[in-house]
Amino acid sequence: MRIACPHCGLRDLQEFTYLGDASPSRPDGLAATESAMFDYVYLRENPRGLLEELWFHNAGCRAWLAVCRDTLTHTIQSVVPANKRKKGAAA
Amino acid sequence: MSKQPLRLPNGGLVDRARTLSFRFDGKSYDGHAGDTLASALLANGVGLMGRSFKYHRPRGLLSAGPEEPNALVELRAGARREPNTRATMVELFQNLEATSQNRWPSLRFDVLSVNGLAGPALVAGFYYKTFMWPAAFWEKLYEPLIRRAAGLGRAAEFEDPDHYEKAFAFCDVLVIGAGPAGLSAALTAGRSGARVIICDEDFQLGGRLLAERREIDGRAAADWLATTLAELASLSEVRIMPRTSVYGLYDHGIYGAVERVSDHVAVPPPHQPRQRGWRIYAKRAVLAAGALERPIVFAGNDLPGVMLAGAVRAYVNRFAVLPGRKAVIFTSGDSGWATVRDLAEVGAHVAAVVDSRSEIKPEFKSLASRVGARVFAGSVVEATRGGRALRGITVRDASGKRTALACDILAVSNGWNPTLHLTSHQNGKPVWDEEIQAFVPGVLPPGLSVAGSAAGRFTLAEALQDGARLGREAASEAGFAMAAAQPAPTTDAEASELKPIWRVKGRKGKAFVDLQNDVTDKDVELAAREGFRSVEHLKRYTTLGMATDQGKTSNLSGLALMAEQTGKAICDTGTTTFRPPYTPVAIGALAGHHRGKDFRPVRLTPTHDWSREQGAVFLETGQWLRAQYYPKFTDKDWLSTVNREVLATRGGVGICDVSTLGKIDLQGTDAAEFLERVYINAWKTLPIGKARYGLMLREDGFVMDDGTTSRLGENHFLMTTTTINATKVMQHLEFCHQVLWPHLDVRMVSVSEQWAQVAVAGPRSREVLRGIVDAKHDISNEAFPYLAAREISVGGGIPARLFRISFSGELAYELAVPADYGQAMMRALMAAGQAFGITPYGLDAMSVMRIEKGHVIGSELNGQTTVRDLGLAKMMSSKKDFIGRLMAKREALVQSDRPTLVGFKPIDKGKSLSGGAHFVGIRRANKLENDEGYVTSVAYSPNLQHWIGLGFLKNGPARIGERIRAVDLVRNSEVEVEICSPVFFDHEGTRLHG
Repeated sequence: MRIACPHCGLRDLQEFTYLGDASPSRPDGLAATESAMFDYVYLRENPRGLLEELWFHNAGCRAWLAVCRDTLTHTIQSVVPANKRKKGAAA
Repeated sequence: MSKQPLRLPNGGLVDRARTLSFRFDGKSYDGHAGDTLASALLANGVGLMGRSFKYHRPRGLLSAGPEEPNALVELRAGARREPNTRATMVELFQNLEATSQNRWPSLRFDVLSVNGLAGPALVAGFYYKTFMWPAAFWEKLYEPLIRRAAGLGRAAEFEDPDHYEKAFAFCDVLVIGAGPAGLSAALTAGRSGARVIICDEDFQLGGRLLAERREIDGRAAADWLATTLAELASLSEVRIMPRTSVYGLYDHGIYGAVERVSDHVAVPPPHQPRQRGWRIYAKRAVLAAGALERPIVFAGNDLPGVMLAGAVRAYVNRFAVLPGRKAVIFTSGDSGWATVRDLAEVGAHVAAVVDSRSEIKPEFKSLASRVGARVFAGSVVEATRGGRALRGITVRDASGKRTALACDILAVSNGWNPTLHLTSHQNGKPVWDEEIQAFVPGVLPPGLSVAGSAAGRFTLAEALQDGARLGREAASEAGFAMAAAQPAPTTDAEASELKPIWRVKGRKGKAFVDLQNDVTDKDVELAAREGFRSVEHLKRYTTLGMATDQGKTSNLSGLALMAEQTGKAICDTGTTTFRPPYTPVAIGALAGHHRGKDFRPVRLTPTHDWSREQGAVFLETGQWLRAQYYPKFTDKDWLSTVNREVLATRGGVGICDVSTLGKIDLQGTDAAEFLERVYINAWKTLPIGKARYGLMLREDGFVMDDGTTSRLGENHFLMTTTTINATKVMQHLEFCHQVLWPHLDVRMVSVSEQWAQVAVAGPRSREVLRGIVDAKHDISNEAFPYLAAREISVGGGIPARLFRISFSGELAYELAVPADYGQAMMRALMAAGQAFGITPYGLDAMSVMRIEKGHVIGSELNGQTTVRDLGLAKMMSSKKDFIGRLMAKREALVQSDRPTLVGFKPIDKGKSLSGGAHFVGIRRANKLENDEGYVTSVAYSPNLQHWIGLGFLKNGPARIGERIRAVDLVRNSEVEVEICSPVFFDHEGTRLHG
């Protein structure tokens, strides 16, 4: 696979580390509940098709990227820095 | 010539001026440059090349290419011995040494060929049925027996002496296969100026053009080939790679290829790898891999002498070898008739042509009468005769009449299967083409097009047209403007009709579907009867299509026979799909240089050379090579060295490199807020110029890492991490910032490699430092108290950072200077400390001192422990949110009987302790249910003069003073111990503040 890093260009998979589904949002703050946190930590969808995922360009610019990838074909639809993404792009 | 009895006097592409001698099964032969091992053996009249997998039947060549199922040999000897090498793909070299495999005691006489007589017992599913019970017998008895009897070749027993490389290439157009289609594609694309790579697994480029007598543009095809290759060589952006197999197609235009750099010589030339594993990144690719001819299933179709008709043409036309003196052709299509013509051309006797079709074209009839061959129309070959070589066949015509014919070569043709393997590497399903009765590529992977025979367009004219068209398209899609298309070259006429037959039902004798795995037509019938009807089940039940050839000549026959059994059409029975690799790839080519010591790089500390001068013994810890201890010749043994280092440090002063700790520089107006969120304790309250111990959790509540973080300015922090987690913590912090809280104003960078850092520990450490710290910096106890952290200078203006932190529990400092000053810093410290008896200490002494103080490291922060388990629960702030806060509160993680950090010491002070032991109560059985915890760290304390340890014990802190046993069932030891505080030395911490 190759991922088009917005900073570094088209780079080989070997430069990246995979995290997974980008959609869960951390329930921040002292008011957060244990059950919401449990869902955030453990529960993930495993869809067939488009999924917004987090990848880390560890052998490159160290950017966390939101990669919209088809889990069936590995076609990559979009790559944006995670700190600039609009949440739920794949939904 | 007499030494090569079947070599033709002229013609072919072998260089008769260069004779190469080689050995097969210990016997010497001669061949020529341009030969393969297969063609050279054939030229010498060696038809028997191996024994079959299961029945040990004699086998010879079926093919002249990568699909060869029979002629597998062990190539070379000793450490370079390579099993299961296809003789058809081995380029002959001087002094080549090959051995037949799967025979005992010799190829001609094989004891296990009686397996053939016991045939019915060895049918499909035989292993499953026979060796099922008792289960314990499988490993000890059945498997070794089967392996000895039915193995393929033997791997080398020594380390591979050659080296392998990994290489990367980028191109606009990759062309796979250098036959007429591939060469046309490369030429058209190359002319546009596109970067083109053309690979072919053969050592000679030309594909089928090398094996066929054809005309292009009214001249011999060889002329077109020479002109085309010359033009390709003249194009600077075209890279021609012979001996290179493209074995896999991966996502996003990445292709795996292996280049056999030195396989055609006995030993690689100096500095040359044996093979080179390529990763080719191509914008577009044209697959022009050709096609593989299909055999027919009939009784005795495995005798040496039964060969594919196209292979016969390759041996005759390319290698100038006559595979036999008296030939019969058995064909179901027009292409077999080309063999009649080519054999006659070189003067071979074609005794008969058996064509399963009842209508014979007039031009074939006249060809037959010209060469004096009998024609059997609407007939089949029903059986063969011969022991270790073909002696004759039985022909059965439409009326059932049988005719016996003598022959020593039977050329079989049943149409061709496109070599479409790469098109299905990404799950692409081939589709059935009724007209050519073959699977052709289905939906293609992005960026790939398929030309010529690989697309099921088998004629030379189609190959040339496809190549030119698709080469042009590929270059244009890669962004290269093209001149107007030129018409593709013309060719001589070619008949290509066909009506394949999948099997001839015979009366007796084994008819093989899969020659490599000895799967017969009866096995397929049995699989169908027993319900293994899906192709996937058929494969697993009978082993059809497995092993090194992956069914290149058998998959379709197997499918066709299953279709016949189930009464379905072939296309409804299943498809043949393929995964990488297309042909076997040596693991070495995938590993490249990453083996042995070079499996991964070793990192050296900035003070490594100094440590070596001091006589350090080094230890690999993670990626690092670190000083473990510094033996002196006066030391009795390892332990006395470690004891000396500990006592010298606690009694005076010692120094130890700690540069491997991760160091992360964090800056920004929200840096303190950021630390609050990633650490469990408070950070906003940390004054400038101070350090603090911090613990961070994973979001699931377990401890991730610890270390000290110093505040160098209002918005400037320097974090340290453990050595092992340096990378992981950096990635985690980037995640927290970029993904979780991008709005926080903080930036971070790893500075681990920029600073050399040394621990200066012991009651005299301040005095030593005074000798190198510039005079303007006051480092007195009052001005620079415990946990002070400041930017200073040393040695007359060299920037440095000084931290009053202590892992040893002594008055201690960590001093950091820019990495290049690391060695100088150590030498300066040694000089300044000489009067105080300064002593370098290594990892082992460091470990002893931290265990004496109950400080935790990776053994305790092992990913399964919580802050509570470590006895540090009160560090967790309740006034803020932080990573892992909520999950750490889960019920199971706060139960009082969780194993919790304790210290322990042997009751009998003479006893030693071992790491990894488990705590079991006195007079309790050594069983899992009595397990009360485990030992994580042990050391001999020279200060206490007995062994001490740290571990996790259920409800530990409440059990101080209790006696328990530390049981190590692995090393078979047990010691009675007393539970105590994890702090063994200087409980009040007074030494820290000295």
